[in-house]
Amino acid sequence: MQWNSASDFFAMGGYAFYVWGSFGVTAAALLIEPFLLRKHGSEVVCGLRRQLSADRAMNSASEESAS
Amino acid sequence: MSNRVIHWFRYGSPQSFYPLAGKMVPWFVMLAVLFGIAGLWTGFFVAPTDATQGDAYRIIFIHVPASWLSMFLYLIMAFWAGLGLALNTRLSSMMASAVAPTGAMFAFLSLWTGALWGKPMWGAWWVWDARLTSELILLFLYLGFMALQAAIDEPRRADKAGAILALVGVINVPIIYFSVKWWNTLHQGASISMSKAPSMAKTMLLGMLLMAIACWMYSIAVSLMRARTIMLEREPNSEWVKHAVE
Repeated sequence: MQWNSASDFFAMGGYAFYVWGSFGVTAAALLIEPFLLRKHGSEVVCGLRRQLSADRAMNSASEESAS
Repeated sequence: MSNRVIHWFRYGSPQSFYPLAGKMVPWFVMLAVLFGIAGLWTGFFVAPTDATQGDAYRIIFIHVPASWLSMFLYLIMAFWAGLGLALNTRLSSMMASAVAPTGAMFAFLSLWTGALWGKPMWGAWWVWDARLTSELILLFLYLGFMALQAAIDEPRRADKAGAILALVGVINVPIIYFSVKWWNTLHQGASISMSKAPSMAKTMLLGMLLMAIACWMYSIAVSLMRARTIMLEREPNSEWVKHAVE
């Protein structure tokens, strides 16, 4: 291993800003994308469920009024 | 024997692909994390400091995989879009739409990490060089594909218009790849050549390949996640969606 200490590692031979700027933004993007997708996905599923139960309630109400 | 035939086309319909994709996502996430850890370890602790570029070269471990993925994902997007256009299969077009945002993200990351690498090495965040410019055009092609699809209300027409844009834009991918050969550019040559022995240290190459596999696995997981939501959004009144969300 080429690093003598933790601070040596974080300094990246003087290129800390460039190296951590690259890896930091990449890591953030790769974490935010799945998080937003999950959030949007569960919103869509919730909306469909609500729609489905509303349709069922409507159907049973119209059946009752018909009988 | 006849009942043992695998029904490949079964998975070509959203109702059978939806649960299958749901089962595949966690596996690809796990593989992405494992390869990512191995790649970062190799890149930061095993690979030596570069003789000419110092530790700034370590940006390669994310820059090259992001650039590869931005090009590969474009080809995959165009393939699915073209298949949807030719065969009128709705799942293919949904896959194309599912890949586009992830491809755009990798194109952005390629430019971002490239700028952060260019500044200390060339003294400039950006130059109008063939490689950089064609990669910027790739980002605009992704954004154009997404904007075009979003602008057309009817999904099947949006698919067709998007497919034509995606297919025309394919010409840009070889331009990016060969730009460093065809023009005199500031950008260094291809990191990996098919015809020559690798010029970099074995551990550097290994770290780059591990990170590329991690990005692949990530892209597959995220595209499948997005495809699942697109399927639900596009067919909200179908019976299979009612069963799937219950």
